[in-house]
Amino acid sequence: MITVKNLKKSFDNKPILKGISCEFEKGKTSLIIGQTGSGKTVFLKSLLGLHKHDEGQIIFDNKDIELMNERQKMELKSNIGTVFQGSALFDSMTIEENVMFPLKMFENMSSDEMLDRVNVVLKRVELENSNKKMPSEASGGMQKRVAIARAIVNNPNYLFCDEPNSGLDPKTAIVIDNLIKEITEELNITTIINSHDMNSVMEIGEKIIFLRNGILEWEGSKKNIFKTDNQAVTDFVYSSNLYKKVRKMYLNQ
Amino acid sequence: MTFLHNIGLYILMLQKMFHKPTKWKVMKELILKDTEDTVINSLGIISFVSFFIGGVITIQLALSTTGSFYPDYLVGYATRETIILEFAPTIISIIMAGKVGSFITSSIGSMRVTEQIDALEVMGINSINYLVFPKVIALLLYPFLISIAMFLGILGGMVACVYGGYSTMNAFIEGIQTDFTPFHMTYAFIKSFVFAFILATVPSFHGYYMKGGALEVGKASTKSFIWTSVSIVVFNFLITQMLLG
Ligand SMILES: Nc1ncnc2c1ncn2[C@@H]1O[C@H](COP(=O)(O)OP(=O)(O)OP(=O)(O)O)[C@@H](O)[C@H]1O
Ligand SMILES: [Mg+2]
Repeated sequence: MITVKNLKKSFDNKPILKGISCEFEKGKTSLIIGQTGSGKTVFLKSLLGLHKHDEGQIIFDNKDIELMNERQKMELKSNIGTVFQGSALFDSMTIEENVMFPLKMFENMSSDEMLDRVNVVLKRVELENSNKKMPSEASGGMQKRVAIARAIVNNPNYLFCDEPNSGLDPKTAIVIDNLIKEITEELNITTIINSHDMNSVMEIGEKIIFLRNGILEWEGSKKNIFKTDNQAVTDFVYSSNLYKKVRKMYLNQ
Repeated sequence: MTFLHNIGLYILMLQKMFHKPTKWKVMKELILKDTEDTVINSLGIISFVSFFIGGVITIQLALSTTGSFYPDYLVGYATRETIILEFAPTIISIIMAGKVGSFITSSIGSMRVTEQIDALEVMGINSINYLVFPKVIALLLYPFLISIAMFLGILGGMVACVYGGYSTMNAFIEGIQTDFTPFHMTYAFIKSFVFAFILATVPSFHGYYMKGGALEVGKASTKSFIWTSVSIVVFNFLITQMLLG
C-alpha cells in the first residue's frame, strides 16, 4: 500500500503538483487519468524518487521515504518495477538481456537460473521466441511487453506503469491493460497506471484518480464515473460522441 | 554563471562516479565493450591520419630546409619532435574529440531522452558509475593509441621523405636518433593521460545532463566537441608550460 499526503512539486517556481493526497491499495490496479500536461508523469516520477518533491509525504507500507536511510531506499527500489512512457528498453541489449538485467544486477543467480526466470516472464507476457531480437526490431506492442517483463522479473511489490498502452491499437492496448491487471492480482502487488485512454478506464478502472492542473479533481471507480456530475471529469471522459451516447444510455437504464 | 554552475556539476559528476560501484561482473563487460567502442574502433582512422599527416609534415619540413646549409638529418629530427611533442598527443586528441567524443555524447544523450537513464536510476543503479566509469577505464589505453600514432606518423614521414627523394633513409634515421630526450616521451604520455580523461568525461557530462529530444542530442554532440577540444587545447598549454616551460 502506498499513501501520498499533500504532495507538492514545482519546476522553476511553476507549481505542477499542488498538494495531492491519495492511497493505493495492495492487489489493486489504480489508474491515474488526466489530460496531457496535468502532471501524471511528474506524480509517478515523484513516487519513484526521480523528482524530489517539495512538500508532503510519500509512504510505502508505513515507511516514509524521506525517513529511509540509503540501504532502505535501495531495498525499496529493488522492490519497484517501472514501465516508462516510452518503454525505456536498453537499446544496446537484446530482449533477453533487457529482461535479465535486473536479475544480473541484484540477484545472485547462475546464468541458467536467470535464463529460466527470464523465459517464465517472457512467456507470461506472451513473447516466447523473441529472446535474441533487439528492441529496435520489435514492434511498439512488443516493446511494451518487454518493458513489463523487465519490470516484474524480480517479483516487485510495486508496479508503476506510465501510459503502458499509448501508441498501441485498441485491441493490443486492452490486452496490455488486462495483462497488468492480472499480474497485479497474481502477485498481489500495488500497481499504479498512468493513462489518458478511456478504454483502459472502462476495462480495468477499479480505482480511478483524475488529475487536473496538478490537483486531484476526482476519485472513484469506473462504476461511479458514469454517475458523477463533476463537470471536469465528464468533459474529459465523455469528450467523444460515442462515450456521450454510452453515458446517456447507461443513465437512462 | 551557467559556466560556473556547469563546472560545479561536472565536479559533482566526477565524485559520484566513484560512489556505489556497479557489480564487478557487470562492470567488466562494460569496460570491454567501451574499450572496443572507443579505443579499438579508432585504430583505423588514427593509423590512416597519422601516416599521411606524418608524410605531409615531413615533405613540408624538407621543402623548407633543402638546398640550404642545414644538415641532411635535420628533416628526420624535426619530424620526430613535431610528431612526438604535438601532432600525436594533441592533434590526434582533437580528432578523437570529434570521433569518440560525439559518440559518447550521443549514446549517453539518447539514453537520457529515451528515459533509459531514469530506468537505471529507479532500479537503484548509480547511472553515472555505470555509464562514465567504464569509459574512463577504457581510455586508460589511450596512450597506446598515441604511441601507434607516433610510430606511424614517423614511418609516414620516412616513406614520404625517402620516396620523395628529399633525403636518404640513413640520414632520416640518423635524424630520428639525434638528441633524443626521453623526457619528451614522458611529457607526451602525461598529456595523453590527461586528454584521455577529458575525452571520457567531458562528452559524458554533455550527454548525461542534456535535456530535450533527438534534436538536442545532435546539438549536445556539437557542444561537447567544442568543449572537449577547448579543454584539450587549454590543458595542452598548461601542461606544456608546467613541464617544458
Ligand atoms: N523536468 C521538468 N522540468 C520542468 N517542467 C516539467 C518537467 N517535467 C514536466 N514538466 C512540466 O510539468 C507539467 C506536467 O507534465 P507531465 O509530464 O507530468 O504531464 P503528463 O500528465 O504526464 O502528460 P502526458 O499525458 O502528455 O504524458 C508540464 O507542463 C511539463 O511541462
Ligand atoms: Mg506523461
